[in-house]
Amino acid sequence: MIEVKGVSKQFGEHLVLDNVSTSFEKGKVNLIIGSSGQGKSVLAKCIVGLHPVTSGQILYNGTDFCTMDENAMREIRKQIGMLFQGAALFDSMTVEDNISFPLQMFTKMTLGERKKQVDFCLERVNLSGKNKLYPAECSGGMQKRVAIARAIVMNPNYLFCDEPNSGLDPKTSILIDELIKEITYEFNTTTIVITHDMNSVIEIGDNITFMHQGKNWWSGTKEEIIKTTNPEIIDFVYASKFMKQIKGKLTEI
Amino acid sequence: MLKIISNIGRYSFMMWLVFSKPQKFKMFWRRFLEEIQLIGIESFPIVMLMSVFMGGVISLQTAANMDLPYLPAYTIGYITRSSTILEFSPTIISLILAGKVGSNVSSEIGMMRVTEQIDALEIMGVNSLNYLVLPKITAAVVFFPLLVTFSIGLSLLGGWLALLGSGLSSTDTYIFGLRSFFKVSDITYALSKSVVFAFLIVSISSFYGYYTKGGAIDVGRSSTKAVVNSSVAILIANFFITQMFLLK
Repeated sequence: MIEVKGVSKQFGEHLVLDNVSTSFEKGKVNLIIGSSGQGKSVLAKCIVGLHPVTSGQILYNGTDFCTMDENAMREIRKQIGMLFQGAALFDSMTVEDNISFPLQMFTKMTLGERKKQVDFCLERVNLSGKNKLYPAECSGGMQKRVAIARAIVMNPNYLFCDEPNSGLDPKTSILIDELIKEITYEFNTTTIVITHDMNSVIEIGDNITFMHQGKNWWSGTKEEIIKTTNPEIIDFVYASKFMKQIKGKLTEI
Repeated sequence: MLKIISNIGRYSFMMWLVFSKPQKFKMFWRRFLEEIQLIGIESFPIVMLMSVFMGGVISLQTAANMDLPYLPAYTIGYITRSSTILEFSPTIISLILAGKVGSNVSSEIGMMRVTEQIDALEIMGVNSLNYLVLPKITAAVVFFPLLVTFSIGLSLLGGWLALLGSGLSSTDTYIFGLRSFFKVSDITYALSKSVVFAFLIVSISSFYGYYTKGGAIDVGRSSTKAVVNSSVAILIANFFITQMFLLK
């Protein structure tokens, strides 16, 4: 479980996160949603320690991550798998080398054991046999799936996904969403997904944090978000024509 | 001024993280060999080309300007050797390599930064500076002296070929000049300079690459800054090393 307590983040004079408090449950898909520029990605980067917080606490199973030294922070990070918006695969390495990189770096596995684990992860993301491809030879959806395979190869306790559907067609987006959901339940990870895709909210969201003006504006479940009367959330959720059209049907869920 | 002080601070902090113990020696060794290939072996062709022509020009210039009758003929070989060992091979070759290696290192690391590959390393728990930069610095520090030695040899060969072609001096006289008043300390001086320059080129270029912010244009800007600043650093360091070694 990850708890965020009173976190603020300032870049120069600009306050991006304003006293944000929320928590992310284990074995659930926790979504952080909101319009662009509301601080979703900054919050995620603060949680994983890529941005130091200006004030507040981030607790991993009760231990404050912000006050840890560099080495202790790295130990926590070894339990984190992250899917970046642009996949962030190492372009000089093959798919297989990308996935086995954390194993080579942090375990004493033999080549055979690593190969077995890589094949298992590739099979899990439906990419069996693509071991020798380079990232440049993979489509956007394939790159995301390779990145998921790399994120789960060390059996992480925490899985972060930064806009996993950006740049993907609707069908591939659904596949990626399903994969994230299945992996969360299978590996019992604390999963945090940053998105502004309403389809993801409806399909995979267990708990939802709505960010607005750098604040945790609202928290709840997907059933609650659909029925809420909060004007900022209504503006966000029903922004598209399609969502407006199905509004009545959604509230019946 | 404040920016310069801030950059020096960041550079020092970066070096502190770079020179920590590798998290896995096997991975460091693999990366080191890759960098030997990239920074060292792939620099041979440009060093070879530059050195042969540089040596040729030095010997021809010296021969063409020897108007005074009391200057012995072997002066051409002597001056070619001295200029090559003391300045041309270590300094000029390092300036050329600042362009080739510096831009390569800076753009590679800068591109990894803007495509979040460095963030991915950090999230995995990898000390990205140690993983990416230490093998590059080590490879350059190990290989630059070899490149400079190679350059000295080829430059002297280039000088001989130029004289042979122009008929301005005989082979015996040129070789006699090369061997005259030779001091081993000159070689130590040249190789020491190459080690310092290797460190400056790779560390400064890595610094600009690692702290790149933005996109492709910013990677290009970082690359330009890396080349300009490492060239300036080479010239300043050259001045101080010369004072330390030759004027002591």
